[in-house]
Amino acid sequence: MKTISGFWRRFWTGLRSITGDDAYERYLEHHRRRHPDVRPLEPAEFQAAELDRRGSQANRCC
Amino acid sequence: MATKKLTEVGTWTAIAVAGAAALGGIALHRGETINALWFVVAAVCVYLIGYRFYSGWIAARVLKLDATRATPAERLENGRDFMPTHRSIVFGHHFAAIAGAGPLIGPTLAAQFGYLPGTLWLLVGAVLAGCVQDMLVLFCSTRRDGRSLAHLARDELGRFGAGAAMIGTLFIMIILMAVLALVVVKAMAHSAWSTSTVFATIPIALLIGVYLRFIRPGKVLEATAIGVALLLVAVAAGGWVDQNPTLHALFDLDVRKLAWFVIGYGFVAAILPVWLLLAPRDYLSTFVKLGVVFLLAIAICVLQPDIRMPALTQFIDGTGPIFSGKLFPFLFITLACGAISGFHALVSSGTTPKLISKETDVRMVGYGSMALESFVAIMALVAACVLDPGVYFAINTAAGVVGADPVTATATITAWGFPVDAAQMQELARSMGEQSLFGRTGGAPSLAVGMAHIFGSAFGEGLFAIWYHFAIMFEAVFILTVLDAGTRVGRFMVQDALGTLWAPFGRTSWPPSAWIASLLVVASWGYFLYIGVIDPNGGINILWPLFGIANQMLAAIALAVVTSIFIKTGRQRYAWVPGLPLAWLVTVTTAAALQKIFSDEPRMGFFAAARDLSGKLAAGVLPPERAAVAPELIFNQQLDGWLTVFFLLVVWTVVLDVARGCYLHLSGRRTARSTETPYVATQLA
Repeated sequence: MKTISGFWRRFWTGLRSITGDDAYERYLEHHRRRHPDVRPLEPAEFQAAELDRRGSQANRCC
Repeated sequence: MATKKLTEVGTWTAIAVAGAAALGGIALHRGETINALWFVVAAVCVYLIGYRFYSGWIAARVLKLDATRATPAERLENGRDFMPTHRSIVFGHHFAAIAGAGPLIGPTLAAQFGYLPGTLWLLVGAVLAGCVQDMLVLFCSTRRDGRSLAHLARDELGRFGAGAAMIGTLFIMIILMAVLALVVVKAMAHSAWSTSTVFATIPIALLIGVYLRFIRPGKVLEATAIGVALLLVAVAAGGWVDQNPTLHALFDLDVRKLAWFVIGYGFVAAILPVWLLLAPRDYLSTFVKLGVVFLLAIAICVLQPDIRMPALTQFIDGTGPIFSGKLFPFLFITLACGAISGFHALVSSGTTPKLISKETDVRMVGYGSMALESFVAIMALVAACVLDPGVYFAINTAAGVVGADPVTATATITAWGFPVDAAQMQELARSMGEQSLFGRTGGAPSLAVGMAHIFGSAFGEGLFAIWYHFAIMFEAVFILTVLDAGTRVGRFMVQDALGTLWAPFGRTSWPPSAWIASLLVVASWGYFLYIGVIDPNGGINILWPLFGIANQMLAAIALAVVTSIFIKTGRQRYAWVPGLPLAWLVTVTTAAALQKIFSDEPRMGFFAAARDLSGKLAAGVLPPERAAVAPELIFNQQLDGWLTVFFLLVVWTVVLDVARGCYLHLSGRRTARSTETPYVATQLA
């Protein structure tokens, strides 16, 4: 039982990471660690910037 | 300890034996059909051995990957693009970025030589060249703050070589976008079901964009799940559109109208805000792509379909109906993605290195992702080869080659030794929910028929038409993603270049500059798309080899830069690791380019085709509808010829520039400064 829930949790975290679902949480975590004195971006602000960033790089191939 | 060692030796011996047996079985089999599982076993064993031994050796001895060295993701972490990420996640991102329509279409076209040449080159090319290129470029970029290939080229080569590399990259992207747009247009031609489904993906992407930006910001999985569900609804609804007379008439479009639509779409997508169309489409296509690859692998293993294509066909002599040219060099030009693809060098530098958390991950991400992409290509080859060869040729051969009339076409193909009849094709088209499957060039329809065959048999028959259109939608979604993203990236390159002439043009967000640059890029690929559409013989026969030559030349440029870095960083002994694939690519592309330029055969040489058509036009032997477009076709063949000359000059400029630099360095006349970022110890656990 424990291994199944462990596997499921790993699968779920992996899926969230690959799709970019956890991008804001990762950003917040980074922010707390590196710049604790600065106010982080709001979710909507961050998402807007994130969408722009994703579309502006040569990251899609044949 | 000794038992562990013994188990390892035993396991790897077993893998080697299984792989050799499967490969031998494929190569020597001379029966009617052969089980597709052989291909899966052979491929998996070859990749495992290549990964375990060759990439392990490269990692330990050649690159000396150092887990204690801080990566750019750690040193420059900003919570966004520079972000230390777990290696299996980086693997997923990188795989999703490199695998697109290329590894699906190339193998489908290359199946005209039979199943054997394609299979062998996909395996050998990936293990010794493609995976190596991706891994080495990823390594070089990771040691240099995640710089892009263009930037690496500027640091390593002279100004001239770097400029050639940059212009070459832009042209390659343009040809790539044109050929992919042509594939999607040909797949939609006179198919109301396909067209309505592909059109429906646009409002779905817009909806997801709005959802992600305003309704539930950041809930990517939720939005993607909604989007994928809507895509499936769109596939099913297409069948209903197809049955409804009014809607059918609305979406039953000819190739010219579709080409104009795709061109217009490309322009609008490039100037719209990224969050509205491009980014959500990207999320959707990544998800669908990973899902389908997984599903196809399971379906092939469950169903174990029989390969009906012979090991070799007579077309290795260069008379192939789908594309012309002998096995050497054109197999190696056609199978770009899946064996070695220069485009990967753009992803391996710039995007992925900024996520690598430990330098040793370079092996799994660079080498491993490419091995997986090669496996996707093997599956595409299987999907093409499970069709009756007669059906395969009937779908993939242009009307200009076998005739537009079903009876003539099937008679010609049967005479080649691949029996097929008009009634069989009609029945197949009906079961796929299409009016006709004759002359549906471009690879997508034949791949979709093959996938429908595999999925339909593995997961329930009677749904062939749904699976067929699902496969078309699947290919169209990421082809349109490439058009969006490629046009945008091309636009930045044009703005960058024109910005050096007139500074305001270099401000990427200034609307006039963005509009003009986007228009230039769209007009360039749109031109080649339009010509591909109006040419009854050409299209794929012209554009795919041009794309293959261009793509392999980009790979040659990337490998030349890596070789130069090897020589200047004390890895001379191992310069053959990038050097051998480089020599092979330069040989192959030069041989192909010279044939395309100098051949007297109109189906092969660009200038020969132009002369042939001019002669016929002057003699007045062309039918009126062909005579009307002949001047445009003649101009295009000449342009393609000069473009090939240009590609050849670019690649030789870069190679000779690298050779000169290496000679000066080795003879001690010039000491190269290191472009590597100095060592910093990692703080990560």
